[in-house]
Amino acid sequence: MKNSPSNDRRRFLLSAARGIGLSAMGALVWSAYVGEVKAAPLILRPPGALREDEFIKNCIKCGLCVEACPYDTLKLAKPGDNLPIGTPYFTPRNVPCYMCDLVPCVPACPSGALSQSSLATYIENHAKLDIKKARMGLAVIDEESCIATWGIQCDACYRACPLMGEAITIEFSKNERTGKHAFLKPVVHADVCTGCGMCEHACVTKKAAIYVLPRALAMGEVGNHYIKGWEPKDEKRLDEPKPEVTHHELTKTKISEKSALDSLNDESGL
Amino acid sequence: MSMERREFLKSAAAASAAAAVGMTVPATVEAASNQAQAGWRWDKAACRFCGTGCGIMMATKDDRIVAVKGDPLAPVNRGLNCIKGYFNAKIMYGADRLTQPLLRMNEQGQFDKKGKFKPITWQRAFDEMEKQIKSALKEKGPTGVAMFSSGQQTVMEGNAALKLMKAGFRTNNIDPNARLCMASAVTGFMNVFGADEPSGCYDDIELAETIVAFGSNMAEMHPILWSRVSDRKLSNPDKVQVIVLSTYKHRTMDLADVEIVFKPNTDLAIFNYIAREIVYNHPEAIDWDFVNKYIVFATGPVDIGYGLREDIHHPKYKKSELDTAAKQKSKVLTADEGVSLGYLGYKAGDTLEMKNSGDANKHWKITFEEFKKGLAPYTLDYTAKVSKGDPDESIEEFKAKLQKMADLYIEKNRKALTFWTMGFNQHTRGTWVNEQAYMIHFLLGKQAKPGSGAFSLTGQPSACGTAREVGTFAHRLPADMVVMNPEHRKRAEEIWKLPAGTINPKMGSHFTQIHRDLEDGKVKFAWVSVCNPYQDTGNAEHWIKAAREMDNFIVTSDGYPGISAKVSDLILPSAMMYEKWGAYGNAERRTQHWRQQVTPIGDAMSDTWQFVELSKRFTIKEVWGAQKIPGLDTGLPDVLGTAKAMGYKETDTLFDVLFANPTAKSYKWPDAVGKGFQNSEVEGDKRNVIGSDGKPFKGYGFFIQKYLWEEYRKFGDGHGHDYADFDTYHKVRGLKWPVVDGKETAWRYNAKYDPYAKKANSGPFSFYGHAFKEIPSGNLKGITDQTKVHLDGKAKIFFRPYMEPTEVPDSNYDIWLCTGRVLEHWHSGTMTMRVPELYRAVPEALCYMHPKDAEKRGVKQGDMVWVESRRGKVKAHVETRGRNRPPRGLVFVPWFDEKVYINKVCLDHTCPISKQIDHKKCAVKIYKA
Repeated sequence: MKNSPSNDRRRFLLSAARGIGLSAMGALVWSAYVGEVKAAPLILRPPGALREDEFIKNCIKCGLCVEACPYDTLKLAKPGDNLPIGTPYFTPRNVPCYMCDLVPCVPACPSGALSQSSLATYIENHAKLDIKKARMGLAVIDEESCIATWGIQCDACYRACPLMGEAITIEFSKNERTGKHAFLKPVVHADVCTGCGMCEHACVTKKAAIYVLPRALAMGEVGNHYIKGWEPKDEKRLDEPKPEVTHHELTKTKISEKSALDSLNDESGL
Repeated sequence: MSMERREFLKSAAAASAAAAVGMTVPATVEAASNQAQAGWRWDKAACRFCGTGCGIMMATKDDRIVAVKGDPLAPVNRGLNCIKGYFNAKIMYGADRLTQPLLRMNEQGQFDKKGKFKPITWQRAFDEMEKQIKSALKEKGPTGVAMFSSGQQTVMEGNAALKLMKAGFRTNNIDPNARLCMASAVTGFMNVFGADEPSGCYDDIELAETIVAFGSNMAEMHPILWSRVSDRKLSNPDKVQVIVLSTYKHRTMDLADVEIVFKPNTDLAIFNYIAREIVYNHPEAIDWDFVNKYIVFATGPVDIGYGLREDIHHPKYKKSELDTAAKQKSKVLTADEGVSLGYLGYKAGDTLEMKNSGDANKHWKITFEEFKKGLAPYTLDYTAKVSKGDPDESIEEFKAKLQKMADLYIEKNRKALTFWTMGFNQHTRGTWVNEQAYMIHFLLGKQAKPGSGAFSLTGQPSACGTAREVGTFAHRLPADMVVMNPEHRKRAEEIWKLPAGTINPKMGSHFTQIHRDLEDGKVKFAWVSVCNPYQDTGNAEHWIKAAREMDNFIVTSDGYPGISAKVSDLILPSAMMYEKWGAYGNAERRTQHWRQQVTPIGDAMSDTWQFVELSKRFTIKEVWGAQKIPGLDTGLPDVLGTAKAMGYKETDTLFDVLFANPTAKSYKWPDAVGKGFQNSEVEGDKRNVIGSDGKPFKGYGFFIQKYLWEEYRKFGDGHGHDYADFDTYHKVRGLKWPVVDGKETAWRYNAKYDPYAKKANSGPFSFYGHAFKEIPSGNLKGITDQTKVHLDGKAKIFFRPYMEPTEVPDSNYDIWLCTGRVLEHWHSGTMTMRVPELYRAVPEALCYMHPKDAEKRGVKQGDMVWVESRRGKVKAHVETRGRNRPPRGLVFVPWFDEKVYINKVCLDHTCPISKQIDHKKCAVKIYKA
């Protein structure tokens, strides 16, 4: 947690970074880091952040979210970080997001780059921020280096998860080699994981075997043409309008480029 | 299941790749890997941490441990480990290892209790200890010195400590931290079986059908055993039913078919409910053949206090402590107790005077009819009302769970296994609740059979092997013997070659009592070995103050600077586990030996060496003359005459007599078993540590560890505690004692598996333990006939009633506090908090609480709060989610973190029989810091 002596130092660093962000900077410095202003695909943003390209457009690099963070989780990108300068981000292996109940960083944002509505939940008509709705990223597991998949009784990530039993569950399976032990393997559930990174922080391997990636990078996506018949909730996917193939569109492959009539009348392949 | 398929695919891919490229490439790969491992030496050892006793293999290179692997041949873990075990290679290499003796000194270089620690030589350290011990002995006699020993000492270390204290200084003030861990299990075993340690073994897991974890968070505290339970559940998910009971939800409940959250102390009522179900509603389930032949029913007094100080106005008590302290003398019975103690004529509102606090373990035989009468109040309605621990759960749901639990025990031919750890043992009625577990299993004939039994899980790696089997307790000698028994003392004196009458017949002070004795100025010198008594004992503010402000001298031998080192006067740098030869004994009676793998760090030397070097400073003339013992009118006799008749000289030192006698010297070094390995005690080592005489230490020249083992195992030979010889243990992956004719014993007391039970020739079982096998008889209210009944070959079923804990939340201290451990850290964290990965995983102890309890106190997730009791307060961050989920009305704080010093808050109440502290329940208040 934040305590007063370190606060001064933090403020100093913060204003320095802000200065750069707001860019009263000379062209020399600016041009040196010009590559850093673009949306960064690997960066983890605070809770409620808009989609990366939108976030970059909206973030005014004021640092208020960083100042509001009680755990020093959030940092402002400095020159040399190779990240869009002046924008907030966090590195879970160093300091994860502790998922504060009141989510102080989000209301601190004056520009809407951190969206309150994306975290809003309604209890008796009162809007309240719900950190569980945050989607800062998604934890992924490198099974090769996850020692739980070797049979080591670890699951440090599972126990560190603020949504233990929901965002990370344990899959039990038999260890046929020993014949009498079970594997207790962590499994991340993308529909619950907020990307807070408590798991990455706790992971005991040399380089974390579980780590948070931006969701756009970590996740695939299935089309709406097939619904899991065994899972009633899966139909809900149809309610989400997505700019992709609709039911009225026709699919086309190399074999169907021509109209049926043209193909039938084309005898060249015979 | 996907795992096997993945493994299969991977090997298949590797095989086809190899086929495609031919043999040349793999050969170079192999050569490269051989080169990487060149100079690595692999040798077997045991894991440093819990009582599970996993086997590991250690790789050393250039005199440093470079890697560890689970030992695939170890039957316990078959190559696996938990994350603590995974880091065994790193625990000895923390940056702040203690490397030289440190003494509190003034500017002139003299010892000064208020001085700062400064480095000194080993010689100076022993000079100071010698001076301090001699002055303590002169002022107070043998009881003026004490040792806090450990369930983590090696068997040989424990043996050396025991000899030094009991045979050398003639004090019984040696007691291990196992007192805080396993003492209630021990008294349970002694009262029920007449002998310590479990009847079954871990192989029960693969056979059991009902598995109960009651007061045990196995998933975190015994992870490898938990993975075996998990595997058992997977092997037959419908048949195998797992029941988990605790006062809060924890990780072990993940796998539970039935999860029961109960109110602190009501485990006593729940067991009686199950017994009542059996006796009243399912009498056909009682194994009468077994019960009639092998069981007697028994009970004992209830007015036994709570193990607090007998002086309820003790001047050192703070005012805020006095109301709880008074319970030691009397308490007003609550409505629930009015029902449970109704059989004694009590009712709610009556005052129970604690008349039997000095004789808490007396017990007598009763009839089955009396036993049945005692169980009468424990109906489902009463039990559910008393024991429901989660206010947000419906009583009907709770009742259904209790009923299901009873059914899963009772079902004919369903093998049942009950595990427990600190939930039962750290309990003001810990002995009772241990006894109750056997009560259920005995009634149903489900004990001491493959797949069935009540099984006490041990916390520490050698709580069984060292603390209990060697007997480093205030009352014990090796092999279940006790100092109060003249026959036992005689046997010990013979084996140790002591003059008759050397061993003090008066029981010494137990662990918490040593703290109290220091506070009262009765103990002047205390030695802390392989434990952390100033972090691990409740009501710690008293003990710290006693150590720092009283006129006494505290020595701590340790690898790292923990709280105990910090409050000491002298700190000795100890060799850690793999820097010395040793042996541990795990929870299933498996003894495992290892060799010294590397040279100790700095000038660190083993605790055995420290005990043995100190013994050189005392002649027998100084300690074996007549001695005064408080409470023992005759005192201790002068045994010097007998000693001389045995060939000893008055100028012989304790070293000559106890550790370097002709028998000891007959164990030669080098020895084939040590080929290629070093032995710092026996031959010194490359460091040439300047020893206790100011000269480089060159070793004793004989194989002292082998001597200590071989002498020690004489105690158990032919007495049901047989071990194999030293060399055998270096060839096998441990053996479960008794080891008879080279064979280990999987199930004790069962004639099919246990040669001692077979030899008894009393049918399928024999409960051949000797302790407490002559008792008077009576009824539920008391003894009616003092004539001793002999119970040879029999075990006991006790009736024990429900009673409330010492301290219950009230309007001021309004919430229960329970403490415990986490998987990532070992006990007080001195080792694991120095492993960066484990530290990062769990850097601090949190105060786990229910979100509504937090809200009620105006605090939220992550806030800093005070946890305050009548005794002290600490700050901790609030955690309302995560691994431990208490019900409303209870908070859980782990004790590993010296910065969240929760034992300042805990109460030093104990089970009056076992003297084990109850760290699982006291009343606190929580408010924003």
